Amino acid sequence: MVARRIRRLIGDPLLLALVLALSIFGVAMVYSAGQLDVADPRVMGLWRIQLVWLVLAVGAFFVTIHIQLKWLEWLAIPAYICGILLLAATLVIGTGYGTAASQSSWIQVGPLRFQPAQFANLATVLMLARVMGSWREQPRSIWMLWQPIAIVMLPMALVLLQPDLGTALVFGALLVAAMYWAGTPIGMLVMLLSPLIGLFLAWQAWLFSVYMVALIAFLYIYRTYLWESTVVIAANLAAGTIAIPLWNSLKPYQQARLLVFLDPSVDPRGAGWHVIQSRVAIGSGGLFGKGFTLGTQKRLAFLPEQHTDFIYSVVGEEFGFLGTFGVLALFGLILWRLVRTAEKVPDPFAGIVVFGIFGAWFAHVMVNIGMTIGVMPVTGIPLPFLSYGGSFLLASFVALGITQRIAAENRKA
Amino acid sequence: MQLFHLHARRRRSAGATIILTLALGWLAFSLFQTQVLKNTTFALQSDANRLRPVPVPAPRGAMLDRNGEIIAESVPGYTLSLLPGPVDSLRATLGRLAPILGLDSARIEILLARQRRSPHQPLLVSPDLSFTQISAVEEQRPRFPGILIEPGPRRSYPAGPAVAHIVGYISEISERELELPEFEDYEQGQYVGKAGLERQYEFVVGGHPGVRYVEVDALGRLVADFAPEQQIQPTPGSPLRLTIDLPLQEFLHEVFPDSMRGAVVALEPWTGHVLAMYSAPAFDPNEFVGGISADLWRELTQDPTRPLLPRAIAGRYPPGSTYKLATAAVGLELGAIDPEEFLPIPCRGGMAYGNRFFRCWNASGHGSVTLVDAIARSCNVFFYQVGIRIGLERFLDATSRLGFTERTGIDLPDEVAGIYPSDAGEWYRRRWGWAATPTEVLSLAIGQGANDQTVLRMAQFFAALAADGTAPTPRLTVDSPLIAGEPLDLHVSAETLGWLREGLRRTALPGGTAHLASLEHWELAGKTGTAQNPHGPSHGWFVGMAGPWGEDPEVVVAAIIEAGESGSNAAQLAAKAADFYLRTKHDIPTDSLQTLREHIDRNIWPSWAQW
Repeated sequence: MVARRIRRLIGDPLLLALVLALSIFGVAMVYSAGQLDVADPRVMGLWRIQLVWLVLAVGAFFVTIHIQLKWLEWLAIPAYICGILLLAATLVIGTGYGTAASQSSWIQVGPLRFQPAQFANLATVLMLARVMGSWREQPRSIWMLWQPIAIVMLPMALVLLQPDLGTALVFGALLVAAMYWAGTPIGMLVMLLSPLIGLFLAWQAWLFSVYMVALIAFLYIYRTYLWESTVVIAANLAAGTIAIPLWNSLKPYQQARLLVFLDPSVDPRGAGWHVIQSRVAIGSGGLFGKGFTLGTQKRLAFLPEQHTDFIYSVVGEEFGFLGTFGVLALFGLILWRLVRTAEKVPDPFAGIVVFGIFGAWFAHVMVNIGMTIGVMPVTGIPLPFLSYGGSFLLASFVALGITQRIAAENRKA
Repeated sequence: MQLFHLHARRRRSAGATIILTLALGWLAFSLFQTQVLKNTTFALQSDANRLRPVPVPAPRGAMLDRNGEIIAESVPGYTLSLLPGPVDSLRATLGRLAPILGLDSARIEILLARQRRSPHQPLLVSPDLSFTQISAVEEQRPRFPGILIEPGPRRSYPAGPAVAHIVGYISEISERELELPEFEDYEQGQYVGKAGLERQYEFVVGGHPGVRYVEVDALGRLVADFAPEQQIQPTPGSPLRLTIDLPLQEFLHEVFPDSMRGAVVALEPWTGHVLAMYSAPAFDPNEFVGGISADLWRELTQDPTRPLLPRAIAGRYPPGSTYKLATAAVGLELGAIDPEEFLPIPCRGGMAYGNRFFRCWNASGHGSVTLVDAIARSCNVFFYQVGIRIGLERFLDATSRLGFTERTGIDLPDEVAGIYPSDAGEWYRRRWGWAATPTEVLSLAIGQGANDQTVLRMAQFFAALAADGTAPTPRLTVDSPLIAGEPLDLHVSAETLGWLREGLRRTALPGGTAHLASLEHWELAGKTGTAQNPHGPSHGWFVGMAGPWGEDPEVVVAAIIEAGESGSNAAQLAAKAADFYLRTKHDIPTDSLQTLREHIDRNIWPSWAQW
């Protein structure tokens, strides 16, 4: 049958169609982002470059889709090592670029500039899948999770050193997603994440106390090992203790961004500017928007980084709620198709790869869109397929190629 | 348990789908809230973001003279603003503009400070550029990035220095003024009247600026005008009809002796209308339009001749012999003298009183004279005796009610009150530390001593003599409610007035001190005066009136020429002014030879002259 043949060739055709639709819309939005009243030559022609990258990315997709799953499994270790080396290299020879000028996240090779982190997280997903795919039973204690945690911690630490908080967050998200799909019990994930909660609650002594009581109750009901409970409680206490020194160790702009997340008006001209202007742009879009290329916040350059991190604000201003909801629905469908792909794959490695990619994209979507309307802190990570940026688009299509290969192989089986 | 059994995968997939749905649902809800529920708020913020109000200056109301001739008007001009940008580049641009616009470094700092206060507004550099300045700027336009030249009203005074002290001048509103409640509607950079009628009637002629919205980008760069229908048009200032006779005013500017200082006031008796008011030296109020250059301002303020001083209302001079009319009026009203009486001491160039000798200006003496002759020939000895007869207390009591201690209340700012003792005791003690001796009355009776009056005050006093003993408050506008002063009432009888007027008339007749100022067509009457000046030669006074022969005077003129030695030059000036005004009024062609002296100087002995 034709449908089956298509599936064998390109995997999930609906997923591919959705991604292509979103990417073409993305090029259109990058074009619109360059339409300013006082022309900015740096942004005006970027849509052409984005279009070229899209063509390259689609090409890369078709190359990737021909890579057999077993090769990928074999590739996991060298790719991972390669990724780590590249990330380490950014710390030495990396440069800041464009909207992330203060971060050394980029590596320049001749005329090409790319962010190793975008490829490193794919390699990390493969590595995680390779390790956890070999599990034959659920981990019985958090000790048994040391391998996946270590695998993610290494690149994550390197990314944090760049420093790039947003991308580090994506590493965390893909770890949780991969562990979840690998069968880690929910309770254990809660235990793992609990120190993070402790970190944030440490600011209010009474809140932290209530939280600790709840945590102990949870550990008791969950019947953890004694040593496990001890470790978790110790970790939470430690988190509570180091919260303030950790805060002080953050760079001022990172502190500012977090503070601004809590209240954008603390610094309306500085760190709060992005959030305020983005909310005004999106909010003034209303139900139907101001029309393609006609967003005034964007045209008059009130909207910062409108072609990269805040491209969703341009969508919101020019296409209104219908536009933002439409894009959100597309992402929902794409992510849902990934979940469905993972669900249908019996192979543990393949499933974890797909779900890890799901986790990474999910984190991108949540953090980026949430940031544009002020419900998430500004961390400066792009929106997949929409934001301008060649290496990220390429990496995303390579990831798509992998999931589609998995979907296709599953069909063949 | 199989980790990747279909059921396990389905369970995890269902969990993931739930989390995905919840998370995206939460985002969708937040978006709905931002875009649909709070749309109005954000739409408003978006407009506020990009629209900047730019004030549109209002044209100031015209000032017209009594015949409708233009004294001040608003003509099309141009404003120059700088669009916001980095301070360094603004400073550089201002530096390049400086030679053209006459900005000095202090002015540039003031402008930059203003820019820092409102960094997203266009910076008004000059609200009023001359055409020369415009073309100079336009010629080198690329050197001045971010400048915005827009049409706007420009103040113009066609008569220039001739009307300087009447109109005053306009200048940028000061920080101090901005804090005053009456200027609460005013914006920084706006022009306001600083002196003269421009200040007095600021709220009449000033108008109200409009507002125009321009669309700017996040860097404040101007993108376009926004929605012309949302412009608020400026309300032009109301015109002001003045009592001034512009040709007379210009005539005064022309004939006032060059390089001399002084003032002339011409009043219409009965109405108090100021026909002309001129102070010398003058300045050109047009120089202030568009921002006076620092050099010129320094020149004007540091000039020892004080050109900015409106001498007619703010210069105080001892009235000298012109004050003898007040002495005479009081003497007659109090019955101290009889109008036809020869006072006992004849003038022998002075008289002894107490242990002092009080001089008359005429060392050869006037002999025995009556009041009329004493006025005409300005005999000091006669008026010493009048003063002695009245006595110091009574003299001050009566004369201080004639307005010499007050402002006239003319509708101009900066008018000063005369300095005049209200009583013989307390006033002197406060001022000098001791009470006046009775001999003080001799000085006061001839207009010396503790007596300093403005030219306008003397003009009003003589206007009362020219009418029925009363004179309304002098005024520059026909129907303004802003006239503050009480009308002057000398409380003199018609008979007294008749004798005084007779004396004044005799002054311009043979033997009188102003004979050489007499005119062909008009009966001149007046009084010369010489005011002692501790700093140099005496000031010359003339205050008088003129009208058709045998009729009531139609114009009162007071003139002082600082350091003019005697009153005769002042009399010439006043007579010429009166002649010019009356000739124009009665349609008699003007003549370059007006007074008797002018004829005699040309060796013409006119038949109309009396000998």
